[in-house]
Formats: sequence, C-alpha cells, structure tokens
Amino acid sequence: MNGVQSLTMSRKQPAKASGWRRFDEINILMVLVGIALLCEALGWIFIGQSFLGNPQRLTIAILQVSVIGIIAIGVTQVIITGGIDLSSGSVVAMTAMIVASLAQSEGWARALYPSLVELPAYVPIVAGILLGLIAGCINGLLIAYAKIPPFIATLGMMVSARGIAKWYTRGQPVSGLTDEFTAIGSSAWPVAIFIVIAIIFHIAMKYTRYGKFTYAIGANPQAARVSGINVERHLVKVYAIAGMLAGIAGVVACARAQTAQSGMGYMYELDAIAAAVIGGTSLAGGVGRIAGTVIGVIILGLISSGFTFLRIDAYYQEIVKGIIIVVAVGSDVYRSRKRLKK
Amino acid sequence: MQPISGPDQDGSEALHPQMQGEELLRVSGISKAFPSVRALDDVRFELRRGTVHALMGENGAGKSTLMKILAGVIQPDEGSIYLKGRRVSLKTPLEALGHGIAMIHQELNLMPSMTVAENVWIRREPLNRLGLVDHARMRRMTQALFDRLNIGVDPDARIGELAVASRQMVEIAKAISYESDVLIMDEPTSALTEKEADHLFEIIADLKKSGVGIVYISHKMDEILKISDDISIFRDGKYIGTYRNGEITRDEIVFRMVDRELSQMFPKENVPSAEVILSVRELSLEGVFRDVSFDLRAGEILGFAGLVGAGRSNIAETLFGVTPATSGEILIRNEKIAISSPGQAIRKGVGFLTEDRGTTGSMQVLSVQENMQVAVLQNGFTKVGFLSGSALRDACSDMCERLKVKAASLETPVGTLSGGNQQKVLLGRWLLTRPQILILDEPTKGIDVGAKAEVHGLISRMASNGAAIILISSEMPEVLGMSDRVVVVHEGRIAGILDRKDATQVSIMEMIAR
Repeated sequence: MNGVQSLTMSRKQPAKASGWRRFDEINILMVLVGIALLCEALGWIFIGQSFLGNPQRLTIAILQVSVIGIIAIGVTQVIITGGIDLSSGSVVAMTAMIVASLAQSEGWARALYPSLVELPAYVPIVAGILLGLIAGCINGLLIAYAKIPPFIATLGMMVSARGIAKWYTRGQPVSGLTDEFTAIGSSAWPVAIFIVIAIIFHIAMKYTRYGKFTYAIGANPQAARVSGINVERHLVKVYAIAGMLAGIAGVVACARAQTAQSGMGYMYELDAIAAAVIGGTSLAGGVGRIAGTVIGVIILGLISSGFTFLRIDAYYQEIVKGIIIVVAVGSDVYRSRKRLKK
Repeated sequence: MQPISGPDQDGSEALHPQMQGEELLRVSGISKAFPSVRALDDVRFELRRGTVHALMGENGAGKSTLMKILAGVIQPDEGSIYLKGRRVSLKTPLEALGHGIAMIHQELNLMPSMTVAENVWIRREPLNRLGLVDHARMRRMTQALFDRLNIGVDPDARIGELAVASRQMVEIAKAISYESDVLIMDEPTSALTEKEADHLFEIIADLKKSGVGIVYISHKMDEILKISDDISIFRDGKYIGTYRNGEITRDEIVFRMVDRELSQMFPKENVPSAEVILSVRELSLEGVFRDVSFDLRAGEILGFAGLVGAGRSNIAETLFGVTPATSGEILIRNEKIAISSPGQAIRKGVGFLTEDRGTTGSMQVLSVQENMQVAVLQNGFTKVGFLSGSALRDACSDMCERLKVKAASLETPVGTLSGGNQQKVLLGRWLLTRPQILILDEPTKGIDVGAKAEVHGLISRMASNGAAIILISSEMPEVLGMSDRVVVVHEGRIAGILDRKDATQVSIMEMIAR
C-alpha cells in the first residue's frame, strides 16, 4: 500500500499548511492595501497631496467606522452560525436614545428626567449594554426555541427597535450629555473600544469552546446536536452577544455624537453584514473570522475617507461600495467552491 | 492472470477480441488533480452496449471522480471521451444528459419539499396548451414509469416524507426516465434493503436487454459478482486493469484493489462477557418503537439486524437522547438515568456514530481536526475556558494515524475527503471521547473493503478493551461476523435475540417473517 502510507498523516511529520496559506486574510488584506495605494496614487495625480501621509486622516477613517465595526463583530458570529442579524442598526438607535436620556447634565433645561440628571457615567453605559443584551436575547429565543427564521425574527426586531427609538421622545433628539459620559466617544476612544472587542472575540472564536461550537453549528447544526452541543442554548448566547455589542455600539455612537436621534445607526446592519462578507464570512455558515471582518470594516472606512479626500461626489461612494460588496461575495463563492471541489 | 487491457498497453488499441456488444463509451488518458491530491492519473475505461461494467477500488481510488467527469459534473485536466466512436466534451451535467449519459448520484439529489412527480420531471415538465405545467399528465407519466419499473411510490408524495430507500428508488426511476444509453450508478444499493436491491437488479437486467450500458460502483463484492459483466479496478487514482466477471476471483479483485491480501474480513476476537453496562427495560417511543429490552455487557458487540425502517436507528437515537423515550428505563451500571439530550448521553460515556454521514455527521466546510474534536470539547481539553491547542492537535493527529485517515493535513476541510475517510474522521470523533458504550449505525456504509476491514478490526479491538458496542448494520455478513449476540428488530419491536452460534441469515429472516 505504497500510496496509502505516504499520504497518511504521522505525528513525526505533521503536514502543516504553509505560513501564507494559514493566514486566510491575505487576499482581503491585499484588497485593503490596493485601495489605499490607489487613493495615494490618485491623490498625487489629482490633488497633489499624500493620502497615507496624513495619520490624522487615517485615524478619522477608522473612527468613522468603529461603531459599525463593533456591530460587525457580533454580526459575524451570527452569520457564522448560519443566521443573520438585521436588527443591529435599530438597536444602536434604541440604546442611544435611552442611554442619552440617562446621561443628561444638570444645566440642560429640557432634560427628559429632571430628577435623573448628573448620574455617574457607568449608569447609562451599563443600561445600554443590558438593553442590547435583552434585545439580542429576544432575537435568540425567537430563533432557537420558537423556530422563527433569523431573517424574520431580526427583521421584526429591526422595525420594533426603531419604533421604540422614535416613540421614546416622540421623535425629538436627546442632547445635553455630561462630559464624563461623552468622554468615551472623544478622540480615538471608539477605535480603542472597537479594537479591544475585536481582540476579545478573535480569541473567543479561535481558542474557546464558545467559538468552536459556533462554527460547528453553522457548518452542520444536526451534526453539532448529535455531537452533544446544546444548539438552542448556544444560539441564544450568540444572538445575545450580538445584541450586547449593538448596545455598546449605541453607547459609543451617542457619546461620540454628544446627542442621540432616532435615525442613528440607519442601515448600519447592512454595512456590518457587508464588512463581514468582505472579510470572508460565508452566509452559508461555518466559515468566517473576526480578523477578516476587522479588515472589511477598515476597507469600508477607507473607501469613504478616500473618496472624500479625492473630492468625489457622495453618490458615487455608494455606487462603488455596492460594487465592492458584490465583488467580495463573488470571490468568496469562488473561493469556497475551490475549497470544497471534488 | 492477465488483464484484458492493462495499464502498460496502448490506450486506443486495447480492445479484447472477445468483447461483444458495440462500444458505447470510451475514455482514455483522463487525468484530474485536486489541490490536495491527484485523483486520476492517465485513466481509461470502456463500456459496451447492454452490459454492466463495475468499477472497483478503495475510497479515494478515483471511481467517483471518473463518474463525475462522465456525468459532466467536473472537467478532466487531460484526456478524451468518446461516445459511440465520436469524441465529445461534457462541460455540464446537462450536456452529458444531452449525449445520453444519466447518473444516479451517491448523495441523493432530490428536492425534499417537492413532490415525487415534480422531482422526476424537473426541467422536462409536460406543458398544456397555455404553456403551463400539466400536473395531471405529469402524474400519469410518473405512474406509468413506476408501473413499468414496479415501484410502489405515490407520485404525489413529497420527497421529504419518504423513507431513504423510497427516495433512492425515485432517484433511480428519474435517471431511467431520461432513456439514456449510459446509466451511471454510484452506490445505488447503499440505502436499500436486500429485497429492494434485488428489485433494482431486475430493473438492471431489463435495461441491459434494451441495450443500455451501465456503469456500476459499489463496495459490496457480492453484488458486483452477481450483476456485472466487466470489472475495472482502480487504485490511488490509477487504472489497474479490466477483467471479465468469472475470469477473476473475489480474492484477486480484493488483492488488486488494495495491493495486499486481506487475511480476515471480520477479525472478531472472543471476549468473555463481564458485567452488564447498559440495561434497557421496556423502552418505548410512542408511534415509533415499544417495549424494547436488552442488556449490554462490557466487551460485548451487540448486533442490531432488521429491515431498513424497522426502528433500529430510532432506538439508537433514543438511547443517545436525540429523541427522548416516552416510557421505559435506561440503566447504566445499574444506575437508572434519564437521557434527554445528546450532551447528557456523552457525559454518561455514550458515543453515537450516526447513519447519515452527510446530514448528521460531517461538517463539510470545517477541518479534519475541528470535525474530530467537536464531541470531546464538551468534557475536556480546556483550561480556564481556553482550549488546550497542542494537546487537542496531538490527540487528533494520533487518532488520524491510528485510523489511517488519508488527508493532506489536519486543516484540510472534511468535505474534500472521500466518503471512507470522512467516516474514519467521524469514528475518531467518538473514539476521542473514550466511550464506555458506543453505538455504531452503519459504520461501514459506503466505504471500501480495505477501510472496512480496518474499521472492523478497530471495533473488535475496542470491544476487547472493555467497551460495549451496539452495531447496527444492514449488511448481514457484517452483523453475523462481528456480533456476540444479535438483536433482531422488526416493526418497532424486538423480534428476538440470538446468540452468535445460533445467528444465521436464515434464522434472522425467519424471526422477521414470523
């Protein structure tokens, strides 16, 4: 059995994949570098300035997408289970509104709760996280136990949470937030929060049971069940975490804007899904990485900041963004087909 | 003996003088490489009109790849295909069908939410004058087809409601409805009982008479010797030779397939039965099975025989907590326990290799390691919440070595492995949990002779190390060869339990017939 022996794995010479192959984000990273270099080249040609030579611009580019990035980390996990979360943008608005109403300062004449002004910053923050967690739990329970398809369950949450955001103040914005609270949205704090959350969940997805079970459920829910995984309970966890991250995103968004409006986070869910998919997460489930999503988010940020830098019309930005999403998904389909071909 | 045509002869002139029947299909010089493996290497093959040509080889020998090339599912890197002497290119399954090549796939390709008739005539629906689908005519056409083939399935039933065996018959009927010259059958009997398989062989005999050429892949040697005219053997992607049935013995076939002698097909070592580990008392699942009682001892292999649909797999699922029992008791080591989820069963030391590899077993997009470790993660290999990566890697690597898994690396997606290797990975998944009780549902389904013997040896060794094993199999020789005792299940009840010395094909069938 000559051929058999040579192909059989042995401990002495583990057939490890080469370094490049193991770093699955290499393709998407190259897209990122390509877009950056393109902006740089066009910048010199048309504007006579360097794009990358301005660190402040790059920070702002990421700052603009850090709220979407925080959501996208949760959405990525949901998509890996084979589901979808359409509610995250609305949950951002809902939590932002309620959080802001708990973070108003004394000097503000039109405080929503005049008796609840000047609260310490942790009160609105914890409230925001809990609110997101509750919204995510409801999503998860509807999906895992009531067996409502994820698309429908989170569509319902998307509409209702947006409704709550509008109803809460009858459409009025909430302003006059304490300096202590808005500090977490100032300078590069949102970027730092995004990066820390990304690192936590990158590790969780790769090195804990939580992550392994998430992949297993997405790859084959029945096999996961027969392997002893409590699929329903785990799905609730994943959706709850996604909701919690949307809640955190709501806190950050309102601290950064120093106000809250019911229209906040509009269409963020789609940007988050786009970032995940650009980063290599498969909508079929079982495949995806947080690191890829982070790169996907940065690509979205770079596109909009690059276009602004190049003084291109905002309308073109959306057209190109749409094309990039489709191309990314197309290449994902192509890659996964190649991977499974036999 | 000399092969009719061997690998060292020139491809195009390899026709044997005795070959009767007009040449229908000929391929030569076919090569195909995948990222991790060279699946076919300069392979050739000929099919004569009105004959059954069996392809034999271990898993990964390249049979399925060759069939997929003939069916237009994948394209070869090199080589040519001649149909009735004319060179053709088969770029899509549709093109292959257009040239008169139809395939019955190993994995069922039917749409569960659609009816039998809709599935059979998909893309060819009869239309009425308005250009709309004529359902009444479609139903009649299906009924006529089924009558001709003597298949008793309701054309209006939804595929999802049918048993696996009935689905397989629908798939077969669908392939036949194309009236093709070449019919490719990839493991058509793996989901069928013996009776249904015999029915299929009658259908095949009729097809032969009408001049159809059939390419037949199966791991069941008895079948091959019974129905085939020619036998071609492949090994590791290479063509070994073509032989007339009757000119080559079973042992020679096996020898050429695996390139080694198989001393024993069923290496059962006799283990003295010790304490009772599992005791099942009047276990029932309403509407599925009832009053199931038996004991299982340490070191014992308890075979479960019966027809497909008798309830053997259902009993296994209940023991494992997939579908908790509605009444009755389960005792493990004399302790009465309620098993209401698979997680609980695993903690009690039960493992369960499920029957349907595709839907409840493998996670196709995930790697070998991730597939293997998923069950053991429940109860081990973690330190303060983090997985112990190197220990897991070593354990999986050791297991792959023990089971002789053919894969490029632990990172290879399981979906790219052959069926037999996927099965080994799943078996490894359960061995890693070190179960006291291991339930194996069709553990050798769709895997080749060599791998089968390895799996049998492994099961036997586990039993001698004290594990208690329930072995469900539709292959009678496997049940008889491996088991210490045989539980005969019929229509949701235990028809009887036979000792090894009393268990024969006849005594089991008598019990079922009684």
